Amino acid sequence: MGRRILITGLASFWGGQVAQAFEQDPSVEAVVGMDTDDPVVELERTEFVRTDDSYSILARLVRATQVDTVVHAGLVVNSALMGDRRLHEKNVIGTMNLLAAIGAEESRVSSLVVKSAALVYGASSQDPAWFREDCRRSFPAQTRIERSLLEVEDYLRSFAEEYRAVRVAVLRCANVLGEDLVTSFSRALTLPLTPTIAGFDPQLQFVEQDDVVRAIEFAVTRELEGVFNVAGDGRLPWSEIRTMTGRPPLLLSPVGTRLAASTLSRLRVIKLPPEMLDLLRYGRGIDNRKLKQAGFEYRYTSAGALQHFIEHQRLRRVIPDAGPAYHYQGDVEAFFRHSPSIVRDH
Amino acid sequence: MVARVAWAAMPTNRVKEVPAPTGSLLPLRRPSAPPPDERYSDVDEWGRSEQARARLRQIYGPIYRHWFRVEWEGLEKIPLAGGALLVANHAGAIPADAPAIMHGIEEELGRPVYGMADFLFRSLPLVSTAWSRGGGVAAHPDNAYRLLREQQQLALVFPEGTKGTGKVFSQRYQLRRFGRGGFIEIAMRAGVPVVPIVVVGSEEAMPILAKSGLLARMLGIPYAPLTANMLLFGPLGVLAYFPAKFRIRVLDPVYFDVPADQERYPRSRVFEEAETIRQTMQKNLYEMLRKRRSVWFG
Repeated sequence: MGRRILITGLASFWGGQVAQAFEQDPSVEAVVGMDTDDPVVELERTEFVRTDDSYSILARLVRATQVDTVVHAGLVVNSALMGDRRLHEKNVIGTMNLLAAIGAEESRVSSLVVKSAALVYGASSQDPAWFREDCRRSFPAQTRIERSLLEVEDYLRSFAEEYRAVRVAVLRCANVLGEDLVTSFSRALTLPLTPTIAGFDPQLQFVEQDDVVRAIEFAVTRELEGVFNVAGDGRLPWSEIRTMTGRPPLLLSPVGTRLAASTLSRLRVIKLPPEMLDLLRYGRGIDNRKLKQAGFEYRYTSAGALQHFIEHQRLRRVIPDAGPAYHYQGDVEAFFRHSPSIVRDH
Repeated sequence: MVARVAWAAMPTNRVKEVPAPTGSLLPLRRPSAPPPDERYSDVDEWGRSEQARARLRQIYGPIYRHWFRVEWEGLEKIPLAGGALLVANHAGAIPADAPAIMHGIEEELGRPVYGMADFLFRSLPLVSTAWSRGGGVAAHPDNAYRLLREQQQLALVFPEGTKGTGKVFSQRYQLRRFGRGGFIEIAMRAGVPVVPIVVVGSEEAMPILAKSGLLARMLGIPYAPLTANMLLFGPLGVLAYFPAKFRIRVLDPVYFDVPADQERYPRSRVFEEAETIRQTMQKNLYEMLRKRRSVWFG
């Protein structure tokens, strides 16, 4: 019998990507996705279930679908996306409900893979050059996104200790660059001027979006357990990144940087959340050797991921993304999946 | 018959040879190979740039030779291969000993030295970048372990920390407490020897006459000194050193016969080793001061 996978946060970028990847895997028997919003990518055989923000139907869903693997892809790692309360609801309460559902008696879940972010390490002057998975962050978290992710990881840790039968894998991803993904970083890199804190040239690490999807797949198929950093090899100084993108710097004052950033946000130039300002000051490196030792091979280094991103942006400037935005239509999807009139060759 | 031969010649087991897709990853918009990793600067994983360092060496070389007239003793005791933790005394408001030691070893032995500095360096604009491009690394135990154990490099630490550089002129050449002995633990864990180095001259290059605790607290820095250089040269004195003669002596490497990579080492042993090294260094400093005829000519 093949794997039966539940993807939480199907409408999120990562949920969609992971679902598409698993659809192509013949060893995966069923893919069920849930979210509060409609999926944003076209899905072939993934079944979509709509829930409320706190995932209250989860327990029922886990029992009814008899899934054995859960991919928690819906953690919000970009604080520019939503407000405080919504973020807390989605990340912390959502995870809590998910764990309750997985831990319920009727559940047959044996494996949980969570996509977290390197944000849990923070970025400060007292950091090591490379964070290993067991390194502690240097200072308590100040930003709400970091606090929320740390809270989520705390729940996951205590869950893993309590429920030994369930393998929990947490993937802490570095800043992701990719063709389709929009983050604070990708925005900053596509502006005519690149926001830069004067006097600082931090070293940054990237990971390509496909490498992240592959890492999630890898964690599922190889049944990984524990915390893993996901990041491309090497780090790049911000000045070199600017050389590569060919954009001049937009200098922000090293004192009162937050004020400068809030001005930029008010002028609707760019939102630079506090955790990104920390990165632009101190940078961050995470040690990716643990996942490599488990057998994972990265396709891109940090520099490679950035180069790929830049090349895609150049292409987009000439040929804009022409494809019409995908709109999910429940009745259409239901027809194609379940109608007896559809000729199925498998 | 012919047909049968042809059939037999066909590799019928070819199908079986195709590896089963179990566990392998499936193709999904994936490039066949990683794109070439083109770099546009020579900044390495520690943030150092050989170009920047060459430029700094060019500027610092004449200062090293003609201003401080650095002289070494026992340079051969520094291992030419393998990791080693260099430990030195630290002095002067803005210490001149770190660049002198790093420059000397790099020029004479051709081995890079990673100067491990207080985190304060990383939070100052411009200084943070210049320091790390020039070869400085934040003094984090993980950084030290990676440098010493995994990369077998030379790392330089000042166990006195800011207590050494912040002392006033009347306390010159009196070693402060060696932190909490963390450097011993790092050397033990990394399985490398500690090479003590003593420097004479740095105290007189930028002597601290007085300190203001209030100003330091207000500025958020470890100490706010009034140096003799500032009195003499005005604002320029923040950077202008007196031409004190530098003498640097390398002491015998200290090996610890303990297994590397242990979770922890006995505290008493760590303290003991740290104190022994401190006393040896202090003794050597006194001896060098006894032989010194002039602060300026050595």
